[in-house]
Amino acid sequence: MKDVVAPDMFDCRDAYVGAVEELAAADARIVAVVNDSVGSSKLGKFRDRFPARLINVGIAEQNMVGVGAGLANGGKIPFVSGAACFLTARAMEQIKVDCAYSEANVKLCGISSGVAYGELGATHHSIEDVAWLRAIDKLTVIVPSDPWETAAAIRAAAAHQGPVFVRISRMPVPALARSEDATFTIGKAEVLRDGADVAIVANGTLVHRALDAAAMLAGEGIAARVINMATVSPLDGEAILAAAETGAIVTAEEGLATGGLGGAVAEHVARHRPVPMRMLGFPGFLPTGSAAWLMEHFGLTADGIAAAARELVAGKR
Amino acid sequence: MHNLERPGDVDVCSAHLDTRATRVRERANWMRKRLLKMIFDAGQGHPGGDLSASDIIASLYFDILRIDPAAPNAPGRDRFILSKGHCTGALYTALAGAGFFPEAELDTYLQPESRLNGHPNRNYLPGVETNTGPLGHGFPVGVGIAVAGQIDAADYRVFVLTGDGELQEGSMWEAAMFAGHRGLGNLTVIVDRNRLQQGAGTEDTNSLEPLADKWRAFGWDVVEVDGHDHAALLAAFDAAAEPRDKPRVLIANTFKGQGVSYMRDQASWHHGVPNAEQYAQAIAELEAEMRA
Repeated sequence: MKDVVAPDMFDCRDAYVGAVEELAAADARIVAVVNDSVGSSKLGKFRDRFPARLINVGIAEQNMVGVGAGLANGGKIPFVSGAACFLTARAMEQIKVDCAYSEANVKLCGISSGVAYGELGATHHSIEDVAWLRAIDKLTVIVPSDPWETAAAIRAAAAHQGPVFVRISRMPVPALARSEDATFTIGKAEVLRDGADVAIVANGTLVHRALDAAAMLAGEGIAARVINMATVSPLDGEAILAAAETGAIVTAEEGLATGGLGGAVAEHVARHRPVPMRMLGFPGFLPTGSAAWLMEHFGLTADGIAAAARELVAGKR
Repeated sequence: MHNLERPGDVDVCSAHLDTRATRVRERANWMRKRLLKMIFDAGQGHPGGDLSASDIIASLYFDILRIDPAAPNAPGRDRFILSKGHCTGALYTALAGAGFFPEAELDTYLQPESRLNGHPNRNYLPGVETNTGPLGHGFPVGVGIAVAGQIDAADYRVFVLTGDGELQEGSMWEAAMFAGHRGLGNLTVIVDRNRLQQGAGTEDTNSLEPLADKWRAFGWDVVEVDGHDHAALLAAFDAAAEPRDKPRVLIANTFKGQGVSYMRDQASWHHGVPNAEQYAQAIAELEAEMRA
């Protein structure tokens, strides 16, 4: 697994650490808590700048999250960072009880989420995390799409009083084109492209693929709306109802096809405005392959999204 | 500023210690009677562990802790965490007795929408630092608070009460290892060593011994103390306040069900509930103990 990133593509971990460092420089309460993951979380520079504020508990995720909750009790704003697969699965009860149920002001950062670890296999994939975490009350869950949104989500998490999970991508993504006055608000979806024939609801690494799909569809006379649903919990129900007005919704995420973003959208439309849907994601434990290969193989591409949208639009006629 | 006086700082001479111990003994006796009433009225609870922990918790809330119920979130307060979160009878009576909420509210224990849940919730009740219940949670949170205090060079102290059976949870040893590594001298753990867990003895289930050696190997100062001797507990807590560069654990030797003859040292009273006759006998025994 190599971390070679093309010039116009970005590893969102850089935006994440940049934002955390910037916050830490301005606010002494900001600390980082890691599970021997200084390197994989790219926190080496943070450690050099703020050595007393980098708390490395070693390879002990349950203790890492509990210590994070304790640091919040002691007045700190802890960014608890570790590989998303271990942070969430290993420390799930600490996330539920110490952070969410206790309403502790802890910021959980799941690094190298989704299938970023590719060939390392299902032990290291974190494709269940959004499904698990969105079931937990009081926990905000954010899946940013690009460097700008990653940094904005980190700043929003710091400003938010309460527990937040931010899912940080490692798979390279382009910087999305946005207006200069674009803002990030927790719980607010972002319409990146308007269209009335079908709505594509995506987050994380699937957003730029959704935009490419919409461009392809436009060439065929299909107007696709693209909605970046970075916050999965709390969900922007209004944006989903508006999407349902198109009569067809495709969801796409770097995670399980069910239970995560797709599940959240499906629950909402089933209750309020039933509409045909296609939910794109992974089916379960995945075969050996690089992250890029897995995305291709399971249709998490512009082509795959466009094909799903075409089918739904054809079904309307 | 709020008055966060630490009574133990004032005078540790033996005569004063006796006075302090007498007051704690009275409060612990009151806690035992009050928590048994709560359990009897509610028809459920964990009397065995409540009674084994009552003297430890009374020593902390009515003598050692630097806390102010008028300012439950004061940054400089001492922290107490009930890692064995099921022992709410002891915790709630102590919090009410210390003035964190009206004593009459104890009558709502486990009733619909009561703030007095079966496990403590910091968003319901002032004075609760973190929500506990599943074992193995409170201790790591206490370690995190102690790390915050260490970073800030703050003078507050952190106390964590664990069950002995709770030490079978892996997260406890993750926390113990890290506290030893960080040299958290502001942290004191008390193990309620009643040697019984829910179904049987700890040593028959998954043995903890040699327990003191285990803590020492993780970098801790270890003190063994009679967990029902109020003067000994206060002296141990006073000594733990001395400047130190290691975390300290008090292995408090206790009896489950202490104070009620038929409950004492019986695993079956982990979450047993007395009938009317048993309840009357328990209260009579506790009242006789105070007259003795």
